[in-house]
Amino acid sequence: MLLAVIIFNFILLSLVPGDIADTLAGESGGASQEVMDDIRRTYGLDRPFHIQLATYVGKVLQGDLGTSYYFNLPVTELILGRVAPTLLLVVTALVLAILIGTLFGVIASRKPNKLFSHFVTVLALVGFSAPVFWTAFLLIVLFVAMLEIMPLSGLVDPTTPRGTLAWYLDVLHHLFLPVLSLSSIYLAAYSRLARASMMDVLGSDYIRTARAKGLGETTVTYKHALRNAVIPVITIAGLQFSHIFSGAVVVETVFTWPGLGTLAFESILRGDTPTIMGILFFSAMIVIIVNLLTDIAYRVVDPRIRSARNA
Amino acid sequence: MTEYPTTKPDSAPGASEGSSEVVHIERPVVEFLRMYMRNWSAVVGLLVFTAIILAALFAPVILAVDPFEMVWMPFTPPGQDGYVLGTDNLGRDMLTAIVYGARATLVVGGSAAALTIFIGITIGSLAGYYRGWVDEVLMRITEFFQVLPPLLLAMVLVALFEPTLTTVAIAIGVVTWTGVARLARAEFMRIRELEFVKAARSIGSRDRRIIWRVILPNALPPLIVNAALTVGVAILFEAALSFLGLSDPNVMSWGKLIGDNRDYLLDAPWTVTVPGVAIFLTVLAVSLIGDGLNDAFNPRLRER
Repeated sequence: MLLAVIIFNFILLSLVPGDIADTLAGESGGASQEVMDDIRRTYGLDRPFHIQLATYVGKVLQGDLGTSYYFNLPVTELILGRVAPTLLLVVTALVLAILIGTLFGVIASRKPNKLFSHFVTVLALVGFSAPVFWTAFLLIVLFVAMLEIMPLSGLVDPTTPRGTLAWYLDVLHHLFLPVLSLSSIYLAAYSRLARASMMDVLGSDYIRTARAKGLGETTVTYKHALRNAVIPVITIAGLQFSHIFSGAVVVETVFTWPGLGTLAFESILRGDTPTIMGILFFSAMIVIIVNLLTDIAYRVVDPRIRSARNA
Repeated sequence: MTEYPTTKPDSAPGASEGSSEVVHIERPVVEFLRMYMRNWSAVVGLLVFTAIILAALFAPVILAVDPFEMVWMPFTPPGQDGYVLGTDNLGRDMLTAIVYGARATLVVGGSAAALTIFIGITIGSLAGYYRGWVDEVLMRITEFFQVLPPLLLAMVLVALFEPTLTTVAIAIGVVTWTGVARLARAEFMRIRELEFVKAARSIGSRDRRIIWRVILPNALPPLIVNAALTVGVAILFEAALSFLGLSDPNVMSWGKLIGDNRDYLLDAPWTVTVPGVAIFLTVLAVSLIGDGLNDAFNPRLRER
């Protein structure tokens, strides 16, 4: 699958009109044919297509994603430098969305016709319909302009000394709004999903058995039902991971968060092909890893899957 | 493979299987409309969506101004000097921009959704009907597209080719079809085992006829509900792309309006919030329609 991604990226991006020589020549205000040919030779662009492809695939498999045309740095290094802020943002948003979403869903499922349940329905609709950058801007207007308690953008105040406790707290402070914007969509979706699957599970026979045994409603809900109701949430969260990554691109550009999304967006505008290919490949790799983790999470939550695989 | 419980409209042949109460309905379409109209939120959604379509259609009649024209001082607040929604950073009338922006949104959203559904149903039905190696190959392709972050891929596609409305619509279609394909595949896998499909096969119908005339009509209800969501997703993608400046710079759209004015958010918040409300209302209307269709197709679900 990863190999397919690499090859697809390469073919896709070699369809781009214009190459590195044009970009560099354009920046320096024109160049003679000789210089252009020389640049092409340096980057190996004069060789036949299939050889270029083979070289690229070979290099990627060794962890070398090429050199960025713009920064003149190895792409791998560039990406690794940016990956931490993105993962911090995406993982925090995802975990928050799953935890709070499931909690909302559980509370709503216990009283299906009460106010809170309707609130979850409305929340799900609003969360789906609001474009994430608009949510982000509304939050900025509220927290930055009106309440003045949140920073507008960036990862951390540059004057804070790195590595101190104040630095970590400042990162958290800056993290708040981006995470809130990004998780709002998924929180809404998961709470609706969790409510539906809780209601499904609460109607099943083994829940009736648990109740008949005289267990308290809290034990039944949180110990017996929740375990089963959370499976669809995990499934969808795992499947949607690439979507959350997409959302992060938009959120990062709004808050100028120095992550992969900002790098991807800027590289697309600059026509920095190796970096774009590198990011596409890297994000595909992360999605595949997350899918693996989802499979493992199933086994933890659902003993039936564990035994089925071993049998 | 996974078998799905049969919750299908009662008008469909073969519905008697699994469901104890078979209701015979005289006029399914009328009954369906009646079910839909009973749901007030779905009706509101339909009305709002119709209003937006009409506004987009008759934009030049309602407001005979070029939306790119500078008409008044920049950053006139809403309501002042006769500009209902104010003006933006270039002194363009926000109301005109919103009305004309509806066109780009609906055209791109609609055609991208149509493409998504077309690719999704084609791939899903072939995979679900033929199974075996066809299924294997098509599902690998689907997984491949699921692994790449959709918006990122759409951004790359638009940037590679010229940023026109057509490119944007195609890019959105190419990155969002996987969900439809999986749904169509699941439906086809379920329905192909039912009696009436076997009957069709036994009288010698060809595969093409079975896929399009026998199975597809019965697989439609969930796909139609999903189509409403697909339109919403396509509109959100269009908004995100034009917000990032990766759409046709010569066509006014809501996302572009927000993108153009984002630097002035704190001084002139209406330039950003108003187009956002437009996107939000449109997608909300579409999702209400989707929910309404879902309830009308599955009357038994409503009791939950």
